[in-house]
Amino acid sequence: MAELAKELLLDAGQIRKEFGGLIASNDVDFTIPQGSIVSLIGPNGAGKTTFFNMLTGVYKPTAGSIVFDGTEITGKPPHAITKLGIGRTFQNIRLFPQMTALENVLVGMHSRLHAGVIGAILRGPRTRREEREATEKARELLTYSGLKSGHDNYASSLPYGDQRRLEVARALATDPKLILLDEPTAGMNPQETADFIGFVSRLRDERGLTVLLIEHDMKVVMGVSDRVTVLEYGEKIAEGTPHEVQSDERVIEAYLGKGATDHE
Amino acid sequence: MKLPTRMKGSGPDAHPGEDTGGWMPAEVRQAWGRLPAPIQRIALPLLLTVLAFLYPKYAENLPGLFPAVGTLVIMIVFTMMAVGLNIVVGYAGLLDLGYVAFYAAGAYTAAWFASLQFEQVSFHFGSVGISREAVGIHLSVWLILLIAGTLTALAGIIIGLPTLRLRGDYLAIVTLGFGEIIPQFVRNGDNVFGFDLTHGTFGISPIDSPGFGKTLEDAIGVPASFQQSFEREQWFYWTALALLLLTVFCSVRLRDSRLGRAWIAIREDETAAAAMGIPLMRTKTWAYAIGAFFGGIAGAYYATFKSGAFPSDFYFNISVFLLCMVILGGMGSVWGVVLGGLLLSYLDQEGLAKLGNSFSEIIGQQIDVPKYNFGVYGLIIVLMMLFRPTGLIPERRRKKELAEGVHDETLYDESA
Repeated sequence: MAELAKELLLDAGQIRKEFGGLIASNDVDFTIPQGSIVSLIGPNGAGKTTFFNMLTGVYKPTAGSIVFDGTEITGKPPHAITKLGIGRTFQNIRLFPQMTALENVLVGMHSRLHAGVIGAILRGPRTRREEREATEKARELLTYSGLKSGHDNYASSLPYGDQRRLEVARALATDPKLILLDEPTAGMNPQETADFIGFVSRLRDERGLTVLLIEHDMKVVMGVSDRVTVLEYGEKIAEGTPHEVQSDERVIEAYLGKGATDHE
Repeated sequence: MKLPTRMKGSGPDAHPGEDTGGWMPAEVRQAWGRLPAPIQRIALPLLLTVLAFLYPKYAENLPGLFPAVGTLVIMIVFTMMAVGLNIVVGYAGLLDLGYVAFYAAGAYTAAWFASLQFEQVSFHFGSVGISREAVGIHLSVWLILLIAGTLTALAGIIIGLPTLRLRGDYLAIVTLGFGEIIPQFVRNGDNVFGFDLTHGTFGISPIDSPGFGKTLEDAIGVPASFQQSFEREQWFYWTALALLLLTVFCSVRLRDSRLGRAWIAIREDETAAAAMGIPLMRTKTWAYAIGAFFGGIAGAYYATFKSGAFPSDFYFNISVFLLCMVILGGMGSVWGVVLGGLLLSYLDQEGLAKLGNSFSEIIGQQIDVPKYNFGVYGLIIVLMMLFRPTGLIPERRRKKELAEGVHDETLYDESA
């Protein structure tokens, strides 16, 4: 457990979320060490996305506290959390369909740009320079994420794989310290999945990002993760290295054993 | 969803104004194509602007269907409001059914700061055409336009803070409420704890006129006060046109900025927009405030043109009328909204009567067409929705959106 010695980028303690009588997250403790790739897995309906949504401010936890990079972020609105350095993608792609790929990425940079109303109307040298630099950076990010062309096409007209890539590029544009990827390989074929997993490693190695990956397919995350947390029915049932988790009896019983019939 | 659209072979990436070449001879089109891009882009707007500014000079020679200069002033004022409303509805996607409140706020600001209303005081600053001894507050109308815009923007923020947390239909209903509250308030504002704020149902009249003052009149011949000038309507028209151009300019600049992108992102997907670091409340409030700003200026200017602000001007149907202009022109498309605004306000002011007369002559029976004005507008909107749902000049994004439909899902926990 060498990672534990490292500084924690995210420390969530006793996170609880109730929707009426349903307990979607039952006092879960969860940490992400700086510079690691951590996976949150579990069968469909295990509460992974709910947990994710609490980290990004979409839901407010019923109880518990989340500390990111030394700042308490529990209950902060999504945009404030993004500004602090958590970028995310969505399980069901949520691009801005009627904006171009480039504009999508520029929207991601919103919190890093400064032009206000007056600047926008007068469009002075500072605003123009900012826009120019942002556009250059956005094109770089698109290329880096694997979108070599089609930057000026509408997001809705891009092929599925490119839409996934664009979502990552847009999340990277928020200039995150921690990037949360919600089932990024859903709908990808095995080759695309393998490529994507390679890309996730590069995000860490080349850009120094910490990554939280949500997956329901355990095989996907085994090769790339430093640590794996397994959720089931809102409870954490196992945590550790991929190897430890794979051999954990509760996980095998609750998850892997019936994995083939439970989900696609 | 597949709607019948009649768009000539222009792809989703074509800009408005680009497919005007179809009727030109090939040689002309080629010569046109060789011109530098910036000239191509500004040529048509520039030509229209010049024609518009010269309108009072050749209006007399035009056939009777063309509007009178005075009518044009009103048309332009309403178009300005439509362009302001377009920021709220078209860009940010916030359905505002109470825009008339901003019109009222602007008009009454002008009434307060440029009339005899507050007879307890006598304060003059830059006013023209008013006796020095006159009671009440008399500020320069130019200054008042700015004050009206600012105060109305503040009103927009105050109305926006509680309402913009709502979504879609709920927001529309609450804005509808505010659109009713403000006219009711001015109607009953003649006794606010014993103080006559709005002069009740009588309204406030007269209101001072804009003008350039005695010094400038002597120096370069511009009128000291529009009201006392022989070319009153012409000067009001030119000023209105300048204000409209300013509104359009700001509107276009804002659309192509960081803020404009944020508005469109919110319109497309609020949850994703928030996750990308866009503060929803602040960004929506900006849309409201800026939309209100232009509505306030237009309202104040109209009040000085009419020389009065009356509560009977601020009915709900004005809000709907403005919304119709935005929808007819093309939501989010600035030039479309300008066209839609001019068209509908023309019909409202003169067109229906004139066209109605011609129609009556043809069928040989007298029909009072203006009486059926909202029926006609309704018919126009229905026909538009059937045959050209994206508007007369669609926003380039919208063309696709209406052809394909949008996804709209539930979003983030408002209690959070």
